[in-house]
This record gives sequence, structure tokens and C-alpha cells, in this order.
Amino acid sequence: MNINQKGKFGRFGGQFVPEVLMPALEELEEAYERFRDNPDFKKELDYYLRDFAGRPSPLYHARRLSEKYGVKVYLKREDLLHGGAHKLNNTLGQALLAKYMGKRRLIAETGAGQHGTATAMVGANLGMTTEVYMGAEDTRRQRMNVYRMELMGTKVIPVTTGSQTLKDAINEALRDWVSNVENTHYLIGSVVGPHPYPTIVRDFQSVIGNEVRSQILEKEGRLPDSIIACTGGGSNAMGIFHPFVKDTGVKLFAVEAGGSGLKCTDKAALHSASLSVGEEGVLHGARTKILQDPYGQILESHSISAGLDYSGVGPELAYLAETGRVIPVNADDNEALAAFHELSRMEGIIPALESSHALAYLAKAADSGELGGIVVINVSGRGDKDLETVLEKGVQA
Amino acid sequence: MRISGTFRELRTKKEGALIAYVCAGDGDTPGIVHALVRGGADIVELGLPFSDPVADGPTIQASIQRALDAGMNPDKYFAMVRNLDVDVPLVVMTYYNLIFKRGYCEKNGVDLIFLVAPTTEGSRLEDILKRGTGFLYLVSRLGVTGARADVALSTKEVLDRVKTDTPRAVGFGISSGKQAASVFKNGADGVIVGSAFVDIIASGRDVTGRLEALASELKSSMQ
Ligand SMILES: Cc1ncc(COP(=O)(O)O)c(C=O)c1O
Repeated sequence: MNINQKGKFGRFGGQFVPEVLMPALEELEEAYERFRDNPDFKKELDYYLRDFAGRPSPLYHARRLSEKYGVKVYLKREDLLHGGAHKLNNTLGQALLAKYMGKRRLIAETGAGQHGTATAMVGANLGMTTEVYMGAEDTRRQRMNVYRMELMGTKVIPVTTGSQTLKDAINEALRDWVSNVENTHYLIGSVVGPHPYPTIVRDFQSVIGNEVRSQILEKEGRLPDSIIACTGGGSNAMGIFHPFVKDTGVKLFAVEAGGSGLKCTDKAALHSASLSVGEEGVLHGARTKILQDPYGQILESHSISAGLDYSGVGPELAYLAETGRVIPVNADDNEALAAFHELSRMEGIIPALESSHALAYLAKAADSGELGGIVVINVSGRGDKDLETVLEKGVQA
Repeated sequence: MRISGTFRELRTKKEGALIAYVCAGDGDTPGIVHALVRGGADIVELGLPFSDPVADGPTIQASIQRALDAGMNPDKYFAMVRNLDVDVPLVVMTYYNLIFKRGYCEKNGVDLIFLVAPTTEGSRLEDILKRGTGFLYLVSRLGVTGARADVALSTKEVLDRVKTDTPRAVGFGISSGKQAASVFKNGADGVIVGSAFVDIIASGRDVTGRLEALASELKSSMQ
């Protein structure tokens, strides 16, 4: 069988799924090939991205931050997108694709609740039945997002198996999909999972990088020296990186969650840095870098930001990191919190805790000169959802 | 004894194969395996527990969790299997990452058993039929593992569609002798039963006695 060849990035990626799902993946791949360049599909997606989501998002010159760090800092404002995060780029694309495929039901997993919310938005807007799996632990951490989803008519199903977080929500969504594959589209929220998902999600998120390219050329007349993005599964990172992968003069930094240290206990990692310190393995249908014990059991991950709290990472990022094109780095919980406060105070922008990891790397690396003169940071989301978490940690003076 | 030998023998006796699944490390595994074999199991599938069992329903998920909590791991698993003194073939049932991480396939000379789902068609089905060794695992319905009252119509449909000389065993949802009998009558070479056995193990009451009785009910319905 050619299952191990398809959708590979180097030796990463592929399709490692229960047999029942293979036809669904083939159907999805075919549909994507058919509709991606279809003029009606493109027109409809462009329309939603502009009039529903609010694209293009600005590329903002952060003046005070630039002065402080001695590099010219531009912020890609995905926090201004409808829903407050980059997630909607992908959910709009996939939900429209599902509609063109004749599916009537959407399911999704969510960690922070951002992807679930973005799925609820398109589900309501396109009139599709929508159900979202969310770890029971996360439904408590992110109560407001549960209410938001329910307001839009989505059923939120708490997942009580395993660690009750994102990886278990993905497991449960896969189990649902196996049972209902005929009428259901599984709208996965990041560049993870079996082929063709990593490619589809990357393409729909590439609108971020494409906009950055024309915006920076207009403002600066040249490409940036580096681009920084936080990395959970890796969708906002691949979205902003992808259009620049061939421009080898542009450094690409993927900032993972360093949690409370790059260490592991028996059952859990204290971080979510699968790209930096994970090992090769197969999780959720793809060969990639994962956090696992010596036997291959998956370790639970940790991060102050629910959206980065995942034991795997997209296979294309694993490949790009291995080839050296993407540089994996990390920022820990405290560094992210400091960056959260700094951006709020200095620029009047409250970033998501996920995005705060990307911002934290600016503070860590600016002095070394490795970032060059012009830096673009992807502010993948806004921080309103995180206020409770931050308050618990104590507001920093 | 090799799997193909078992099926050849059963064919001459015009019997259906009972393939019993249990998760290693959940309860007294050697005692459980012996009870299943006494009851008439022809092949035992021993689950090697994985932290993220996406193809399993709640019953087997819980069994896997108990096994992991009790400390089962791949080293102990293969040590236990080597010491299991039974004369039926044993099948390792697990998830890919554990095999990938340790390269067990090469080390322990394992055959691969392919699954065929109600949705498997066309060139993919042809590929699987060409490569199947041991037996083909026909998945009776869409979904994850777990006992169901309705072993769907799709079972007969799959059996009619998947024609091959490789023995065909049907699994996912079968829990009673009546169901096994009807699957056998529709042309299957055997049935795979997991969750119904695991339920007995989970209950903790008269485990080996009831396992043996269920195995014997299932087996005699295909004789
Ligand atoms: C604002 C924000 N940024 C980043 C992420 C991480 O996901 P990814 O790495 O796929 O961009 C999330 C996930 O929920 C998020 O909500």
C-alpha cells in the first residue's frame, strides 16, 4: 500500500489512521484538489474572509517596542480577526470545502476554545450542525469560550478520558469521525493529523503570510529579516512562514511553550516543546516530533497557554526544523507572562498567552542581533480569553 | 501453531474460529488467556496497551487504562507472552507508535494483519487482499470497538463484497453466540470478540469461570 508515501514532508507526515477513515481522507484530498482553484469556491472564500472575518488584518509598526529593543518590530494583527484569533482563516476554508462536498455536520476538537469558537462561527453562519470536543479540564480553564460556542448553537462535549486536554479531544473527535464519516467533516484546527490536513490547513492559513509579504514590501520595500510565530500544532506559524520558505534570507523562528522547564516526569512533560526536544513518533495519524516516554507512550504536555498545550506538532514543521529552515526555540510560562504585560502596557494591545510566547522571544533574542533589523511577529490572537489565567498568576507591576 | 494452520484445520472440521481479544495487564492475564482457551478460543489477540487508543470504544479504553495504571509496558508484555504456555496462536493487537518506537516488527518476526472496513473499496481493497497474511479482519460497522446489540447488516454486505482465499474474521460489536452464529452462517471463517470479554474482566466477579462460559457459548454457536 502507498499509505506511507502520501502527503510526506521528507519522512514526516503520512496517513496512520484506522482503516475506516482511509476513504474519507481520500475523498477529502480529491475534493480539495477539485475545489481549491474553483472560481466559485475562491470567490466565496474571499468574500467571507473579507466581509465576515475582517481581512486583511493590519501589519502594525510597534513603535515603542521597536525603540526598546533596537529592532524595527512589526506585528501581524491576527488578534483583530473576527473571533479574536487566526483560527477563523482555517475554519472558513474547511467549512466551505465541507459544504461543497455535501457534508452537513461539522465536528472539531478544541484546546483553548479558540478553534472551537471559530468552528462554531462558521457552523452557525453556514447552517451546519456543529459539535466540538473539548477536554473537561479545558472546559473549566476556558469557561467563557464554552459559553461563546453554546451561544452560537454548537454542542460542546466535555472529554473525560486520558489527560482531559487537547490530545484527548482529538482522540474523541477521531472516534466520532470513524463512526459518522459519511455525513460528517472533521474540521481539524491545526497543521496536524493525517494527510491531507497539514497541507489544507497550511494553505488556508497562508493568507497571513501572503498579506505580510505585500504589506512589508509596501512599507519597507524589502522582506523582513526574521519572522517569529508561536507554535502549538503550528498553524499560525506555517500560515505566516509558508510564503517565505523559499526566501532563505528570512529567518523563521517557531517559538514553543517551554512551560515550567524542558523536563519530564514519568507521565508528563513540563513543557510542550515537541519540535525542540521531542522525538520521532506517530501521533494522530502523522509521523512527526512528539513527546513520548521510552516505550512510545504519549506524555501529557504542559503550558500556561491552553492553545500551545499539545504533545505533537505539525509534520511539515518537523521537516522544516530538521532541514534547518525553521529554527525551533522556546519561551517558558514566566517569559510569556512578562511579554503579555509588556505588550499591553507599551502598545495597548493585549495578546493571547499563545502569541505572548512569540513576543517573549523578541525580548530573549533582540540583544544577540540574530533577528536582524526588521522583525515580523505574528500576534495570533487577543488576550481577553486569558484574563482569568493571568489574574490567578497575579498582575505584574 | 501458525494462524493459517488453525484456519485450515477449522475449515476441514467446518467450524468457525473464535478469536478472543483481551488487553494484557488488565487482571491476571495468564489466567484469563487459559480460561479463554479452555472455553474454546482458537486464537487469542493480546492487546499491548497504548496511551491514546483512538480506534477503541469506552469498554476497551478503560481496560487499556487499567493495564497502563497497573504498569504494563512492552518489555513486560513480550516477556509474559514468551512464558505463556498455550497452544493457540497469539496475535499482538496494538497501535503503531509503540511498534515504531522500538522496531518490534523486525525483532520479533510478526506478520501483519490488515483490517477491511465497510468503507474500504476499489484499488485499496485490492491492495489489502493481495497483502493479507494470517487472516483478514473485517470491521463489521463504522465506528470504534464495543459490544452492540445490532451487528449491522453491513456485516453481510462486507462478506459478500470481500472475496478472497485468506480466512475472513469479523469483529467490532459481536458479543453473543446468536450474533456469532449469524455471522458464521453468512460466510465468515470466524469472529473476533473483545468488549464482551473485557466487560467480564472489568466486573471482577468469577472472571475465569464466566470467560470460559462465554467463550464456550460463542464457540459452540459456530460448530
Ligand atoms: C491565539 C492562538 N495562537 C496560537 C494557537 C496555537 O495553535 P497553532 O500552533 O496551530 O497556531 C492557538 C490555539 O488554540 C491560539 O488560540
